[in-house]
Amino acid sequence: MIEQLLIYPLLLQMALAIILMFAWNNTSTQKFISISGSTLNLALAVYLLMYVWQNGTQTVQAGNWEAPFGITFVADTFSATLVLLTAIAGLAVSSFSSGSVIPPRLKFGYFPIFHFLLLGLNGAFLTGDIFNLYVWFEIIIITSFVLLTIGGEKAQLEGAVKYFTLNILASVIFLTAIAVLYGLTGSLNMADLAAQVAAVENRTLVQVNALLFLVGFGIKAAVFPLYFWLPASYHTPPSAVSSIFGGLLTKVGVYALIRVFTLIFELDNLLENVLLVIAVLTLFSGAIGAIVQNNIRKIFSYLVICHIGYMIAGLGMMTEVAIAGAVFYLIHDIIVKTNLFMVSGVIYKLKANHNIKKLGDIYADFPKMSLLFVIPLFSLVGIPPLSGFWPKLSLIGAGWDTENYVVIGSILFASFVTLFVIVKLWGEVFWKNGEKLPELRNFPYFKTLTSVQKVQMVAPIVFLGLVSLYIGFAAENIQQLASRIAFELLDNQEYIDAVLNSAKK
Amino acid sequence: MKTIILRTASNYMLPLLLVFSVFILLRGHYLPGGGFVGGLIASIAFVLHAFANGLGNTKNLIRIHPGFLMPVGLGLSFLSGLSPMLGVGKPFMTGIWYPEKIAVIGGLGSALFFDVGVYLVVVGVTLTIIFTISEST
Repeated sequence: MIEQLLIYPLLLQMALAIILMFAWNNTSTQKFISISGSTLNLALAVYLLMYVWQNGTQTVQAGNWEAPFGITFVADTFSATLVLLTAIAGLAVSSFSSGSVIPPRLKFGYFPIFHFLLLGLNGAFLTGDIFNLYVWFEIIIITSFVLLTIGGEKAQLEGAVKYFTLNILASVIFLTAIAVLYGLTGSLNMADLAAQVAAVENRTLVQVNALLFLVGFGIKAAVFPLYFWLPASYHTPPSAVSSIFGGLLTKVGVYALIRVFTLIFELDNLLENVLLVIAVLTLFSGAIGAIVQNNIRKIFSYLVICHIGYMIAGLGMMTEVAIAGAVFYLIHDIIVKTNLFMVSGVIYKLKANHNIKKLGDIYADFPKMSLLFVIPLFSLVGIPPLSGFWPKLSLIGAGWDTENYVVIGSILFASFVTLFVIVKLWGEVFWKNGEKLPELRNFPYFKTLTSVQKVQMVAPIVFLGLVSLYIGFAAENIQQLASRIAFELLDNQEYIDAVLNSAKK
Repeated sequence: MKTIILRTASNYMLPLLLVFSVFILLRGHYLPGGGFVGGLIASIAFVLHAFANGLGNTKNLIRIHPGFLMPVGLGLSFLSGLSPMLGVGKPFMTGIWYPEKIAVIGGLGSALFFDVGVYLVVVGVTLTIIFTISEST
C-alpha cells in the first residue's frame, strides 16, 4: 500500500468531495468534515514529502498499464512540495471559508466544489502525463468558475465571463499544442516525451510547439501580455475564494511552465530570451498596475501578476541557482498570497469597505490584529529576514552570473514598487484617520460574528503567518529543498528512470 | 402538451426506454455504448414522461431528488476504482474481473461498476438540470 502513497492526497480529496455532497444541505456538518479532512490531508502531504525526500521519486501506474501507454502519476520533490503547499493553503482556506462565507452561498455546494478544486490542483501537480495534465486543468477551470459565480452578483458574473473566456482560450491553445506534440512524437507520457522530442528532426515545428505551450500556460499563469482576466475577476468573489485563487491557481500555470520547459523542451536562445522579456514586462506591468489601484483586492491581484515575473525570470535564466530561486519564490508566494487575500477579507468584515482611500484607523481600533497582518504584508515585500528576501537574493545572484542586468534591474524595481505599495497600503488602511464609514444594516460585521467564526477566520492567518516566518527564519531548510528541486529539474534523468523503468520491474 | 396519444404512449415508452438504456450500459465495455449514453437515454425516458404527464407526476414517480444520484454514482465509481487497491493490492483503477461469464450481464468486473456509477451521475445531473429549468419557467 505504501508504494501508492502518492495518490492518497487525490483519493482523499475525491472522497471528501463525495461525502460532502451527501451532506448537501447541512452546512455545519460540511464545515466539520472539510476542516478535519483538510487536516488529515496536511498530515498525508507532510508524510509524502518526507517519504519522497528519503526514497526519491515515486510513481504509480494508474490502471496498471505500463508507462508510456497508461497514465502515470509521479511525485518527485517538486510535486510533493507543491502538494504540501496546496494542503497548507487548503486547510487555511477551508477554515477561513467556514468562518467567513455566508450560509446562502454555502448551500449551493461551496465545500464539495472547493474540494474538487483541491483535487484538480493535486492532480495537476502529481500527473506525469501531458494529456492528463490538460484534464486536471479543465477540472480546475470548471470548479473555479463555479466558485467564482456562487452567489450570482452582477460584478461576480462580469468577472467570471472574462475569467472563463480567457482561460478556455488558454485551454484550447494548450490542447492544440498537445495535439501537435502527439503528432510529432506519438507519445503523451512526459518522461517518454523528453527523449522523443529531442529526436524529432523538424526543429522549427518543435520550437513553434514550445511557443504554443508557453502561450497556453502563460495565460493561466497571468503573465504579460495576457493577464487582464486576473485583476478583472479576483476582486469579485468572497475573499475565501480569492485567497485560494490568488495563492494557487496562477501557480499551477507556473508549475506547468517549469515542468514542461525543464523536462520536455530544451530551452534554446530564442525561448530563453522570450521568457526573460516576458518576465521583465510582467514585473513592470504588474508593479505599475498595483500603484494606481485603490481597491485592496485589486492591489493584491496586480501584485500576484507582478510576482509571477520573478518565477518566470528564474526559469528564463535556467541555471541551477536561478531555478532554485524561482522554486523558493513559488513556495513563499503561495503561502503569502493566500494569506494576503484572507487579510483583505478580515479587513472587509471589520469595515465593510475595500477602498483604501476610505478605510483607516485599523491600527487604532484593532492593534493586535494589525500586528498580525504585518507578517504577510512585510513578508511579501521581503524585508530581511522575512521570507520574500531569500529567493530574490538567489535570483539576483543568478542574474549576475548570467549577465542579465536588465532582469536584475526589473527585479529590484518590482521589489521597490512592492515596498512602496505595501507602505502606502499600511499608511492608508492602518495608520490614517479614516472618514466615518456609515454602519451598514444586515452586513455581517466582524464584531457580530460568533467567537467560533472569529477563531475560524483569524486562526488560518496566524497559521500561514507562522509558516511564512518559518520560511523566513529557517531559510536554510527551504533553500536546501529548493536546491534539490532545481537539481532534479535540470538533471531530469532520475524522473525519466523512475517513470519508465518502474514499468519493467 | 396534454394529448392522449402522447400520454398513453409515454406510459409504455418509459419502461421500454429504461430497459434499452440498461442494454446500452451493459454492451458498452467492448461495443459502442456505456454508462454515459445509457444515462442519457434513461433521462430522456423521464423527460418524455414529464412532457406527457406533467413534472409533478414524474417527480412522484422518481420519489427521490434526482440530485441525490450524483454523489451515489460518484461514490460507486470511486469505490470501483479503489477496489483493486483494497482487494488485490494493484494500482488504482486496475480492472479486476470475475473469471466466469454471467448470463445477461456478460463479464462482471470493476469496470462495470464504474460504468454504473457514470450512468447514475449522468441521470442525476441531466434530470436536475432539466427539472430546475422547467420549474423556473
